[in-house]
Amino acid sequence: MTWDIERRKCLRCGGCVGVCPVDALKLTENGVKIDEEKCINCGKCEKICPVGAITVGDKE
Amino acid sequence: MKDVVVVGAGPAGCSVANELAEKGYSVAVYEKRQEIGAPKRCGEGISSYAMDNLNLDVPDNCKMQPIDGALVFSPNGDGVTIDSGETVGWTLERKMFDKWMAERAAKAGAEIRAKAEVVDLLPENKGVVVDIEGERKEVESRMVVAAGGVESPIAKKAGVKKPSKLHIVDSGYQYEMVNLDLKDDRKLELYFGDEVAPRGYVWIFPKGESKANVGIGIAGDIDKTAKYYLDRFIENNGRFNKASITEVNSGMIPVGGLLDDMVADNFLAVGDAANQVNPIHGGGIREGIRGGIIASKVISMALDEEDTSHKNLQKYNQIWWEERGRSLRRVEKLREVLEDLDDGDLNYLAEKLKGEDLMDFSQGRNLSKLGKLLLKRPKMIKSARKLI
Ligand SMILES: Cc1cc2nc3c(=O)[nH]c(=O)nc-3n(C[C@H](O)[C@H](O)[C@H](O)COP(=O)(O)OP(=O)(O)OC[C@H]3O[C@@H](n4cnc5c(N)ncnc54)[C@H](O)[C@@H]3O)c2cc1C
Repeated sequence: MTWDIERRKCLRCGGCVGVCPVDALKLTENGVKIDEEKCINCGKCEKICPVGAITVGDKE
Repeated sequence: MKDVVVVGAGPAGCSVANELAEKGYSVAVYEKRQEIGAPKRCGEGISSYAMDNLNLDVPDNCKMQPIDGALVFSPNGDGVTIDSGETVGWTLERKMFDKWMAERAAKAGAEIRAKAEVVDLLPENKGVVVDIEGERKEVESRMVVAAGGVESPIAKKAGVKKPSKLHIVDSGYQYEMVNLDLKDDRKLELYFGDEVAPRGYVWIFPKGESKANVGIGIAGDIDKTAKYYLDRFIENNGRFNKASITEVNSGMIPVGGLLDDMVADNFLAVGDAANQVNPIHGGGIREGIRGGIIASKVISMALDEEDTSHKNLQKYNQIWWEERGRSLRRVEKLREVLEDLDDGDLNYLAEKLKGEDLMDFSQGRNLSKLGKLLLKRPKMIKSARKLI
C-alpha cells in the first residue's frame, strides 16, 4: 500500500485521525503519523482532508 | 489517586473539570498541545443565549465582536436578513477563551497540564498513562473523561466512539483575514448553494475592525477539498482583493451520529469526542460545555455512591438526551432534508422565509413550517413529511 502526506500542506487538524476506522493514524506535534500495519487503504482520510494533503494508493 | 482524569483541555474538558473541582473533587486535566486553545479549529461564533445559560461570565478580552444578526444568502444571491436589533451572539477569540476556561478550572482547584498527552488507559479505565514532555507516568483515578475533540483516540479505545461515516462529518477550512470589506460588522454572513459549498456553507464571522473568520464546511465525502471551494469563493469576490490572511485553520466537524451510549465502566465522553455538535451549523462550543455540565452532575453522583459502573453512568445518557439530544436529533433530521434540496429549492425558501424562521429551525423549532412550504414543491413531498 502507499499512504503519503504532503507535510507542507498539512495543518495538523486531526480530521483524518477522527475518521480512520482502524486507528492507524495519530496526530503528533510533527504532523500525522501512520501505522502501516493497521491501514486498510479505505481512503477516508484522503477524502476528509480539507487541504488535500493525503494520497492513498491502491493495495498492491 | 485522583477522582477524575480528563483527557483534553478544550471547552468540554474544562467545563467538566471546573464543575467537579468546584464541588471539591480532585481532578487532573491533560492537554497534549503545548498551548491550550491554539491553533484554533473554529469559526468562534457563540450565541449570547448559550453564554447566559451556561453561567459563563466570559471576560471582555475573549469577546471580539458583538453580533446582532446574520445575512443569509441563497444560491441566486438573494438574501434573508436576520436582524435582532440587539446583541444575540459574539465572535470569540478561542485562544483566549479556551485558556480562560482552563484557568477558571484551575482556580477552582483542578490540576491542568499542557504538553501532556494521554497515550493509554489503565485497566478498567481506572486511570491513564500520560506522557508529560517526554516522561511517561501512570495516573490512577476513579474515572476517566474523554474530552479530546474530534480525534478522540481515547474515546475510541474505550469503545464509546466509533469512527463516523464521511457523509456525517464536515471537512472545514478557514482563513482569518484582515482588511476585509465587511457588509455589516455586526452580522454573520452565510452563503449556501451546491456551487459554493456542497451540503454545507461558507461563513464570514466578523471579529471587529475589518477582521473576520472566513471559512467553509462541506460534506466529508465530496471529491474536491474544502480549500478548493473556499479559495474559489474568495477569488470570485472582489471584496477580498485587499484582504490579508493572518491565520489558516482547518478541522473536522461531526454533524450527526449522536451517540446513544456515551459511557463505559468508569468512563464517559463529552464534547466533540461524543459528537455533541449542532448538526445544522456545526457549533460545538456550547454543546461541549453543556455536555460537560451534565456529565459533572452524574459523575459527582456516581462518585458519591461509589458506583461508577456503566450501568450507573447511564444517567448521563438519559439526561443528555432529554436536555440536548432530542432537539439535536430534530436538527439532524432537518439537515438530512436540506441535503435533498437543490439550488432552486433553496432560492424558493429564501423568498418565503424570514430571519426568525431560520433562527427557529437552527434550534429544531417550528420545523413544520418548513415542511409545509416544501409540500408545495412536488419532488420534495417525501422529505417535507419528515418535518411535519
Ligand atoms: C472549521 C471549524 C469551525 C467551527 N466553528 C465553530 C463556531 O463558529 N462555533 C462553535 O460553537 N463551534 C464551532 N466549531 C466546533 C468547535 O470548534 C468544537 O465543537 C469545539 O472546539 C469542541 O470542543 P471540545 O472541548 O469537545 O474539543 P476541542 O476544542 O477540540 O478540545 C479537545 C482538546 O483535547 C486535546 N487532546 C486530544 N487528544 C488528547 C490526548 N490523547 N491527550 C491530551 N489531550 C488531548 C486536543 O489537543 C484539544 O485541545 C468549528 C469547528 C471547525 C473545525
